[in-house]
Amino acid sequence: MLQDYLVPKTIDQALSHLQNNNGKARIIAGGTDLLLDLKEGKKEAGILVDITRIPGLKVITMENGVVRIGSAATHNQVAKSDIIREKALVLAQAARSVGSLQIRNSGTVVGNVLNAQPAADTAVALTALGAVAEILSPAKKEYLPVEELYAGLGKSTLDSTSQLLTMVQFPALLKNQGSAFERLEQRKALALPMLNVAVVVSLSGEQFEWARIVMAPVGTKPVRATESEAILKGARATSELIEKAAGAAIAQANPRDSALRGSREYRLEVLPVLVKRALESAVAQAKGNF
Amino acid sequence: MSVKTLSFILNGENTVVEVALSDMLVDVLREKLLLTGTKKGCGKGECGACTVIMNGEAVNSCMVPALKAEGAIVETIEGIGRPDKLHPLQESFMDQGAIQCGFCTPGMIMSAKALLDKNLTPNREDIREAVSGNICRCTGYVKIEKAVSVAAKQIRENQ
Repeated sequence: MLQDYLVPKTIDQALSHLQNNNGKARIIAGGTDLLLDLKEGKKEAGILVDITRIPGLKVITMENGVVRIGSAATHNQVAKSDIIREKALVLAQAARSVGSLQIRNSGTVVGNVLNAQPAADTAVALTALGAVAEILSPAKKEYLPVEELYAGLGKSTLDSTSQLLTMVQFPALLKNQGSAFERLEQRKALALPMLNVAVVVSLSGEQFEWARIVMAPVGTKPVRATESEAILKGARATSELIEKAAGAAIAQANPRDSALRGSREYRLEVLPVLVKRALESAVAQAKGNF
Repeated sequence: MSVKTLSFILNGENTVVEVALSDMLVDVLREKLLLTGTKKGCGKGECGACTVIMNGEAVNSCMVPALKAEGAIVETIEGIGRPDKLHPLQESFMDQGAIQCGFCTPGMIMSAKALLDKNLTPNREDIREAVSGNICRCTGYVKIEKAVSVAAKQIRENQ
């Protein structure tokens, strides 16, 4: 039973609301996942602390080559941001894939991550970008990679009754880098991903300096295709090599048979195709920037 | 304390209403303010029937805690036209036969209005994206798409 709905104006106020209520108060941002969980009894909250009116948390900035996204920034804000489209296209593409337009106008990217679904589109993209989250507790500030925010299926390591994630940050992509997002889905709108893949590549001339490849839902959280990444590292960016690396991704993928998302067999066949497409567009982007 | 006062601007008028903490905006609109044009379909943000415009953006009012609307500018289907002077979208939905049972129509029109408020020359993809969160089980969307582009043209000509 909800006893209060608080709308703090500052981060300090939000944190003291949490602290003063000893686990009974919980952070709410867009609420598009939390409200359903509360209704279904999956989560509890005596008091909701709405962080969407805290000015600093709504902004997307770039400074000294670092992009920062506040935890109250919505999916649509991120999808339409010039900074994100220019410096992290993969994230703009992922943010645009979530839910419906209405959901994207309310739901936040950070909320998408903290809801901890294995295939949360923006979490997959942020993992590929090497994003790190800033987390405030009453006594300390810490930084955690986005992939370490997953404690298990639908469970975050962050405790929203005592901690506040203020922003995620990652290095803006450079001219010799590119990124891309690919998604397999039943429809082009309002559909959960059957598979999604995010890649970021860094080229030096014709060679891969490195690549980060992240795929989902093929485990309990976004999964790095490190074997594919190792194949690419330092090698010439040919279509044969990309094909080989894409094929290797299935070694680390463990999709389940799902009525909603398709059979394991089918998705293991399609996964390399998505990895290949994503790598090809990321490479084209990196080359095109020269 | 389970009741709070909500003040917001609803269809251009300052509105003050007592709401339960757990009320969603759609419940306040329909049950307390008796604006039943906004429909409640799925109640979980999947069908778009409850779409209203809040601070310029289309949102599902079933997923907006009422107290989130504090100080906000909210528009519902009741606020965009009058029976004797309909909004161009309302006219074009009728003219183009974009309505069958009508349940999705208020939400569909509010999504379309949120688009046209920002973009009076939408292409097909813009229109499809704008109404992609509104489910219609009667029309097949073709006439809806047409109605939105006709309304855009009408508004451009009226300017």
